[in-house]
Amino acid sequence: MTALLDVAEFSKLFPVGGGASPWTRLKQRFQGGPEKLSKVHAVDNVSFVIEKGETVGLVGESGCGKSTLVRALTRLIDASDGSVRLGDRELTLTPARDFARDPDRARIQMVFQDAGESVNPRFTAFDAIADPLRRLRGLGGKALRDRVETVAGQCGLPLQLLSRFPHQLSGGQRARVGIARAIAVEPDLLVLDEPTAALDVSVQVVILQLLQRLKRELGMSYLFVSHDLSVVKLLCDRVLVMYLGKIVESGPAMDVFEHPLHPYTQALVAAVPRFGEDGATRLRLTGEPRSPIDPDPHVCRFHGRCPRGTDDCAMTMPELRHFGARQVACHFAEEFLPAAGVKAPLVS
Amino acid sequence: MITANNNKAPALSVEGLCVEFRTRSGIVRALENVSFSVGKGETIALVGESGSGKSVTAYAVMGILDPAGRVTAGRAVLGGLDLLSAKPSQLAEARGRDIAMIFQNPRTALNPIRPVGRQIADVLIRHGNVPRREAPAQAVEMLRAVGITDPARRAKAYPFEMSGGMCQRVMIAIALAAKPSLLIADEPTTGLDVTTQAVIMDLIGDLASKMGMATIFITHDLALAGQRSARIVVMHAGHVVENAPTGDLFVHPRHPYTAELIAATPDSAPSLDELAAIPGSLPDLRRADLPPCRYSERCPRKIDACAQSLPRPEPGATHFVACWNPLPMAQSAPVAAATTETAA
Repeated sequence: MTALLDVAEFSKLFPVGGGASPWTRLKQRFQGGPEKLSKVHAVDNVSFVIEKGETVGLVGESGCGKSTLVRALTRLIDASDGSVRLGDRELTLTPARDFARDPDRARIQMVFQDAGESVNPRFTAFDAIADPLRRLRGLGGKALRDRVETVAGQCGLPLQLLSRFPHQLSGGQRARVGIARAIAVEPDLLVLDEPTAALDVSVQVVILQLLQRLKRELGMSYLFVSHDLSVVKLLCDRVLVMYLGKIVESGPAMDVFEHPLHPYTQALVAAVPRFGEDGATRLRLTGEPRSPIDPDPHVCRFHGRCPRGTDDCAMTMPELRHFGARQVACHFAEEFLPAAGVKAPLVS
Repeated sequence: MITANNNKAPALSVEGLCVEFRTRSGIVRALENVSFSVGKGETIALVGESGSGKSVTAYAVMGILDPAGRVTAGRAVLGGLDLLSAKPSQLAEARGRDIAMIFQNPRTALNPIRPVGRQIADVLIRHGNVPRREAPAQAVEMLRAVGITDPARRAKAYPFEMSGGMCQRVMIAIALAAKPSLLIADEPTTGLDVTTQAVIMDLIGDLASKMGMATIFITHDLALAGQRSARIVVMHAGHVVENAPTGDLFVHPRHPYTAELIAATPDSAPSLDELAAIPGSLPDLRRADLPPCRYSERCPRKIDACAQSLPRPEPGATHFVACWNPLPMAQSAPVAAATTETAA
């Protein structure tokens, strides 16, 4: 196996204040009973692998736990349960607050959503790119300048722009600064959180092509978070679909989007506007998503919004099952298998 | 003036709209000679990149331009009233009652310290001729109409207690409260999930067709515009570069910019390498020496005529293209070319 990142049974829960009144909680504490706090199951028992040199897409609607997962993988927050292995290193053993000074910090880097807001407004483009090099590589002087200029060149950022502040740069140039800053320390894994969401289509194309070229040249792996499925389809080898903290489907990007097996993925794909299509007659999700606070472990998370769901789905939570290269968490995945051209269901 | 069906009277017709912004570094000519019209019950889309003047057009029509902005020429006629030369009191009557707008970011557009039900009731009382006592109950009905579950309880909620999709539904309820004849939706689904986007767009479409309302839908998403509107107006740097029925525009884009925009959309290509970026960037609109065609400096099909003037829209033409050297119509169907205006 050449797995670069191995995430196993990973969970992240957040306590929420709701439920019992402060008075009840105080009483519970004095009566010695266990203080029971409600928890948001932001990411619930998620396992996946990112191979070396692979681009994995992570899609799902807002609130499904994409960002929490990404923040935990980049070691900005601690996991509640499970393991995250980067090569031979178990990352969950190091608390997030110590990881900033860890030698492996440089191996996972992140490109944030809107470079206009994530780049320090008081830093010039040069300082923004130089900062991780100073902190993680201890570079200075001539070596630092050389490295910054090399990276800026790789990202197509003209050198005369390096002395400018973020507000003096265009959206596309800012995106390039954000990418240059992340790849400066030569990470193995680059986590991209909607890197093109704030850009116009014409600029988006250039940035996506830049990302693909950088990946080929530098041999990085990407975890690409996005809700723009048409972009994910073009850039990613494999895709993970999340719904309310669970991975509901995964597989090769083309297959998943051409022949989605999970009803949620089907609705997601149907919702993407396409050229020359009439939007009125397609699959729609009705109802509100289930609450992620202390969800019933026996009810499918998609139950209530699912067009295919039956009463059975409220009794047993579907497990993630393997079908060839694909995984689906749905009791009725078999119904869609023939259309997808996948035969022989393998029991996981 | 261009309409999809000439037998339909336009709900709004914008003619020769010019807008300038005075800034410290010079005058920005944000809009120049923008003309289009939308028929009763028709949905059109204004499409373009950021900075193309889509939102400025909407703000000018609504009369809510920034104080630095000034309408220098043009008319925007809605039901016999020219919105651009109307008195403030006339405009205040028209806004909300005849013309309503859905803003880009519902969280900042809603009043954060007023329950959403009261915000809808305010519009009903001011513009909807609803007695003060009945307004709260009608506000709840509006919330139900836009598909909010448990509307009676939600009416008492503040915007921060609701999700982005629900805030957007509240915005729609406010905009539609007084049953306007024209709705302007400025990027109503930016920042929402695709699943929510589809539901919100269905909702706007359903309500619009039920109430016979004209809709101007502003977006940068060409595919979404194609799916939801009968006609698309493509803007670039403050000019209307192409105005055509949706099907026509995607099959035979005639302006080079429209063609490039379609080619840059991720959905249009099977692989990333085949996506084409648009070379160059928007020209600086403060320049005194802007060429007549503001795309000409980026344009691969530039000819000598481009430096002289711009083609004028011809009355009655269904497919207007502001280009002297447009892409040819489909080679296989030369007959169709007769219906479009001819350059020269």
